[in-house]
Amino acid sequence: MDSLVLRTAIRYLLPLLLLFSVFALLRGHNEPGGGFVGGLVASSAFALYTLAFDVQRARQLLPVTPRRLIGLGLLVAVFSGLISVLAGDPFMTARWDNRPLPVVGKLGTPLLFDVGVYLTVVGVVLTIIFALAEEE
Amino acid sequence: MTIAVLSGFGVALTAPWLQGRLPRRAGWLLILLPLALTAWFAAQLPRVAEGTTLAESVSWIPSLGIDLAFYLDGLSLTFALLISGIGAVVLLYASAYLADDPLLGRFYLYLLVFMASMLGTVLADNLITLFVFWELTSISSYLLIGFKHSYGTSRAAALQALLVTGGGGLAMLAGLVLLGQVAGTSNLSSLAASGERVRASDLYPAILGLVLVGAFAKSAQFPFHFWLPNAMEAPTPVSAYLHSATMVKAGVYLLARLSPALGGTVEWQGLVIGVGAATMVLGAYLAWQQVDLKRILAYSTISALGILVLLLGVGGALATKAALTVLVAHSLYKGALFLVAGALDHETGTRDVTQLGGLRRAMPITGAVALLAGASMAGLPPLFGFVAKEVFYKATYEAPDLPALLTALAVLSSVLTVVAAGLVALKPFFGVRAHTPRHPHEAPLRMWLGPLFLAGLSVLLGVWPALVAEYSVKPATEAVLAGPAKVELVLWPGVNPVLALSLLTLALGAGVYVFRHALLAWARRLDVGKRLGPERGYGRALDGLLRLADWQTDLLQNGYLRFYLITIVAVTVVLVGYTALAEADLSGALRAPEMRVYEGAIAVVILAATYAVTRAHSRLAAVAALGTVGYSVALLYILFGAPDLAMTQFAVETLTVFLFVLVIYRLPRFATLTSRMERWRDAVIALSAGALMTLLVLIVTADPSRAHVASFFAENSVTLAKGRNIVNVILVDFRGLDTLGEITVLAVAAAGVFALLKLRPAQARAPEARAERARTAELQAVPTAEAGADPGSGD
Repeated sequence: MDSLVLRTAIRYLLPLLLLFSVFALLRGHNEPGGGFVGGLVASSAFALYTLAFDVQRARQLLPVTPRRLIGLGLLVAVFSGLISVLAGDPFMTARWDNRPLPVVGKLGTPLLFDVGVYLTVVGVVLTIIFALAEEE
Repeated sequence: MTIAVLSGFGVALTAPWLQGRLPRRAGWLLILLPLALTAWFAAQLPRVAEGTTLAESVSWIPSLGIDLAFYLDGLSLTFALLISGIGAVVLLYASAYLADDPLLGRFYLYLLVFMASMLGTVLADNLITLFVFWELTSISSYLLIGFKHSYGTSRAAALQALLVTGGGGLAMLAGLVLLGQVAGTSNLSSLAASGERVRASDLYPAILGLVLVGAFAKSAQFPFHFWLPNAMEAPTPVSAYLHSATMVKAGVYLLARLSPALGGTVEWQGLVIGVGAATMVLGAYLAWQQVDLKRILAYSTISALGILVLLLGVGGALATKAALTVLVAHSLYKGALFLVAGALDHETGTRDVTQLGGLRRAMPITGAVALLAGASMAGLPPLFGFVAKEVFYKATYEAPDLPALLTALAVLSSVLTVVAAGLVALKPFFGVRAHTPRHPHEAPLRMWLGPLFLAGLSVLLGVWPALVAEYSVKPATEAVLAGPAKVELVLWPGVNPVLALSLLTLALGAGVYVFRHALLAWARRLDVGKRLGPERGYGRALDGLLRLADWQTDLLQNGYLRFYLITIVAVTVVLVGYTALAEADLSGALRAPEMRVYEGAIAVVILAATYAVTRAHSRLAAVAALGTVGYSVALLYILFGAPDLAMTQFAVETLTVFLFVLVIYRLPRFATLTSRMERWRDAVIALSAGALMTLLVLIVTADPSRAHVASFFAENSVTLAKGRNIVNVILVDFRGLDTLGEITVLAVAAAGVFALLKLRPAQARAPEARAERARTAELQAVPTAEAGADPGSGD
């Protein structure tokens, strides 16, 4: 889509949206947010970018292909559950570090799991959008 | 012991890599594992012979009472030694037999996985563990039979073996679960103690039937025997290992292992003896009529398996002893003979008995091995096969029921086995030198060393049977009988009726061998094999299954999105609606809901937008109206204090618009393809789905005590999961496993979309798209005539 307004706007919106998506992801355990909605926001940012420019340039923004992101996200999610197995607890028992941090609250394996959800969602949405946008 | 079982799986994984790095030495290196296992098991012989047993257990799924429990007694030790010992022989043999195969590394992998699974099967102490390893042997056997996967016959035979043994395995699982429940224990080693209770139980016939189906299918008993000859499509080392020495004996193992719990009843004896005897005679009868060396051996293996099953059915110290003796003897000679058949095939290029002859000078060592193993198979003294046949005859001769009939059948099958032994061991090596496709040479060292070792054991144990009696047969018999037994084996029991039967067998066998051509013509005319063909039943069942699958796939997976939606929604409405109306308390549910003005306003907007969607005359209008519905619902979420849901809903709506923008140009022109009747049908389904959801919400909110789920999460979110956002805490912690499942589904969906869009053949894509558009245009020209034939969009 050849729109100067959209192109200029997305240049400034993209980092803001991405920042917001990470913010939503990190605060999710205590305030509205979380990996799923964070992932959707981040994908919307890239989707807008794709609309303003083209798939090629959108792909270049990502360090890895969206398909890799899916795999990475699933691995992170499974790994977050396996940490407790290594410690002898059942799969996906939450483990926490009790020092409070700003925004995040406390660090723990559920947050890591949410990161996995975030990555998977971004990967899934972008895989579909890129594939559709590249069609013909 | 756990390590002994699991090491096979570990080493198996390194095999392809090792083969890649050291193509010439990988075979010699890899046999170190089975050799080490053999040595370890052999080292346990003295202790086990004294009556000690080893048990190890690692907790696996404690909530279901499933442990990775292993148990070593005389019976499992005998099997373990055969598995690891013959495993070493076969692995070394295969390294030469398949030396030119580029996939040899993969072959080692399958073979070692099989060996480990088989060890797991015979060492398992837990019923479920036993089943898991049992099925692993079926799967690795599938991979091994289909190893030459470029041949359709290989693949069909592999599938057949998998379906028959795997199907039997499922029956067995049901039987084992029932058995565990009735006996109150899932430990094989303590089952014998609850034998009384099991046999008195109402479920006993079901348990027995199911377990027997599993065991019979695995051990190729009539009427499941047909998969075994077909499995000869496998490379010969596989046939030697799986289909004579080990896997097919798993069913025999199971019968032996469970006989203290299940055995001794009329049902057991009737079924097991009957099936065993039928298999024994049928196998022997079909064996000598074959011309393919491997098929001769396969049918005679079926016969030997029938003998084992028959003897376990008879039960008691004598028959059990005979079964174990025949088991060891058969594994040794049949393993060797299969390997000889492979060597003949490898060197001459044919396995057709009628084309082989006079090879004793060209292949002297292979010939000697064949002669020794064949003599053992025929039951000639002083080989171990003779000892085995003596105790087999003695067991049938002194059987408590029907001794005359059993003995007659035993002699009949043994006579035919003698003929088969002659065909395999004499015919290729003596007589006139026949012309063969390849010029024969002696097989390489790796291909005669192992068979020679096995044949040598047949001789050693023949002249010194006390060795195997004391260390293997006696402890194993005691394990099967769950009590002490007096077991002795001798080469020369003196002149008695049994010896007379042996001599009669040999004489008749020699006679049939000499006149086999005349008898063969007569037997072919009878053609029992085809008439008694359960294989045809298998074929019909498979065809029927495929037709059923075709039919229901056409019905359910018809490619029309609207039918998928109709099916899913209608089924949900019917099932959930029925349950709600039949089970739920509707008294408080049917009430006028309290509503504030702005909530009502949003509801009106949603309803209006929904109506607009159904009446829209362009896609853009429909999507805009749907977006209105989505955003209004998100507003409702906010009003009811669910900002998370609202955020997600907004994001999803935005992305939906985006996706729509991407596809709108490619969609065919908007058209109304459904008839009035179809629209009414859709309206009814949609409205009933909506009504159902409304009803469910009313039911759930009517009763405040049902809100305990919400209050549980509200109270425990911070204390247990350290988070104040309950929605997120549920997603990542309380119900984290569900979320993991959901993102996995998302990933699969993305893979599906990607495959649909990207993985079409490049040339096919453009014309196909054009054809699709042309077809759609045609349809739109005559919208009413073929209203239902447009896949996908439009309505």
